[in-house]
Amino acid sequence: MPQNVIEIHGLTKIYTMGEVEVRALAGLDLVVDSGEFLAVMGPSGSGKSTLMNILGCLDRPTAGSYLLDGVDVSKLDRDERAVIRNAKIGFVFQSFNLLARTSAVENVELPLIYGDLGWSRAERHQAAMHALDRVGLKGRENSHPSQLSGGQQQRVAIARALVTEPAMLLADEPTGNLDSRTSEEIMGIFQKLNDSGKTVVLITHEPDIAQHARRVVTVRDGIIQHDEKVEQHRVDLRGIPPPVAPVAAEATR
Amino acid sequence: MRSSVMRLGNITMVGLRAIARNKMRSFLTALGIIIGVGCVIAVVAIGNGATKSVENTINSLGTNYIMLFPGASTSSGARMFTGNSTLTADDAEAIKTECPAVAYVSPTVRAAAQVVAGELNWGTSIQGVSEDYPLIRSWNVSQGTFFSDQDVKSASKVCVLGSTVVDNLFPNGEAVGQIVRIKNVPFKVLGVLDKKGGNMMGQDQDDTIIAPYTTVMKRLSGKTKIDMIQLSAVSAGQVQEAQNQIDGVLRQRHRIPPKGDADFQMRSQEEIAQASGQQTAILRLLLLVIAAISLLVGGIGIMNIMLVSVTERTREIGIRMAIGAKGRHVLLQFLFEAVTLAIVGGALGIAFGVGASLAVKHFLQWPIVVTTASVVLSFGVAAFVGIFFGFYPARKAARLDPIDALRYE
Ligand SMILES: Nc1ncnc2c1ncn2[C@@H]1O[C@H](COP(=O)(O)OP(=O)(O)OP(=O)(O)O)[C@@H](O)[C@H]1O
Ligand SMILES: [Mg+2]
Repeated sequence: MPQNVIEIHGLTKIYTMGEVEVRALAGLDLVVDSGEFLAVMGPSGSGKSTLMNILGCLDRPTAGSYLLDGVDVSKLDRDERAVIRNAKIGFVFQSFNLLARTSAVENVELPLIYGDLGWSRAERHQAAMHALDRVGLKGRENSHPSQLSGGQQQRVAIARALVTEPAMLLADEPTGNLDSRTSEEIMGIFQKLNDSGKTVVLITHEPDIAQHARRVVTVRDGIIQHDEKVEQHRVDLRGIPPPVAPVAAEATR
Repeated sequence: MRSSVMRLGNITMVGLRAIARNKMRSFLTALGIIIGVGCVIAVVAIGNGATKSVENTINSLGTNYIMLFPGASTSSGARMFTGNSTLTADDAEAIKTECPAVAYVSPTVRAAAQVVAGELNWGTSIQGVSEDYPLIRSWNVSQGTFFSDQDVKSASKVCVLGSTVVDNLFPNGEAVGQIVRIKNVPFKVLGVLDKKGGNMMGQDQDDTIIAPYTTVMKRLSGKTKIDMIQLSAVSAGQVQEAQNQIDGVLRQRHRIPPKGDADFQMRSQEEIAQASGQQTAILRLLLLVIAAISLLVGGIGIMNIMLVSVTERTREIGIRMAIGAKGRHVLLQFLFEAVTLAIVGGALGIAFGVGASLAVKHFLQWPIVVTTASVVLSFGVAAFVGIFFGFYPARKAARLDPIDALRYE
């Protein structure tokens, strides 16, 4: 039964720089159901990243409401938002944002350290290894970011976003720094994750990439201008890493 | 509960890794604390040692001991000595016969000379005293005998040697009965003094030759006045009485009216101890100030590096916050890092300070007293410095906005 994961009404974000006020979001409304795969498009400066940061509880709106899983998170304080970020949201950045000089598996374990699960070291390690396996990085767990290609780094970042088993993945131009072939691979991973039930919201500039989603919204001047279903949903799995054996996925539940 | 304890463990691990990742910088940061704590420990140990040996020396004078030396005291109590001694051997004689509270009296003259025995020679100080000297100082001979009143009266060319002099002039130890030449005057060695060991401010008390004061005045220094008189009262309770009696006798002999300025001064053992205690207290205060300043400098070093580190790692902080670190996790991480640097620095500093103290003790033969109190205290102060100076940078990190931190280049 589809349920609203994201419900946004009149979302407004105003940046004040001295005298100048920038209206990055101008009363935006958006509802995302559980299990949706949503692509956000729009020209540069239209407010996509601003929206994504608020969705990811990294930032707070100036006005408007944001219900995440039915809870109004726009009024939460810093610590409460940190808990939401940790448990409910997996965030993937354009620039990967991995910790340097820290192995892939340690990077993936990081959210578990700050979480409330109360897992032992061994349990955390096992969960991180499993997450790396899901993004096709088995065997590279001890590599440091500097030893990995951009695509591989983004996979580590996705594994990190997955490891706490959040219901929702947010990605701000996850393929923005990658070539088209690698972008396809990364999109394949997102598609697989969506197929396994995760809600995915991602920002992209490229129509090709957006075609992987099932719904595309276009933002302009801080509001949603278009909102349409993708008829010819692209299922191009070329170059996608070996799929996760469902048995292995079950084992860690 | 279990999970919050575990999380604390995880976050301390994060801090430790950051230190391990920047080994050289961590070491340099801790260096301020290492040197600060090390110096505090070494300097306190040396100061304690000096104080202790001064105390020992003063205590070894005995509670009956009184020192009488020439020179007027000014109203401020400072000693004035014009160079011309006003004390004579006759003064000493008069005190001995006329003051019932005085038990023993020894005029004292000093000279420095090169001493020759066979092929060997050794520069040392010569003290001319009377036969009462061993009784006043409770300093006996370990071999042979001390000289007698007869030797003093007749200014015999005899002496007793301190153990350091024996070590240098008679390496085989056979000193008694031998002849030593002081300024070409042959002296017969009657005895060897007990080793005193404890030395006052680095002075070796055993590096001395003791001879009758009459002989020293006549043969060596050519002085007619004596440098000072050492005495002992009949008992500790009679020290004040003895000083009053001596004052009376000398004023009469030197024709000084009862209210006039005396041309001599007395110090009892208690007064000497008090004066030295005051100096020690000042020394201690100075050390404390130096210690405080060096630890302050070390602490500022830690704060400085932690601030740089927070700025440098702004992005890392942003990443950690984005995936769920709360402000206090980040605060703890940086605080833990600072405290670890300070504590490890403190521990290394203690090792360095104790090592330096032992080296000084071994190579320079200085008296050294390393106290547990100074170790525990400086360690505690180092930890406190870590918390105090680590807190501001850590709080700065914890208050960063995740978005701003992530955007930081
Ligand atoms: N921290 C900030 N301070 C001031 N203005 C900001 C800030 N962040 C964003 N803005 C402004 O808000 C508007 C929306 O920015 P946003 O980053 O959301 O755009 P975007 O759609 O993500 O663009 P792009 O496609 O280039 O990433 C822009 O005009 C931008 O200049
Ligand atoms: Mg953007």
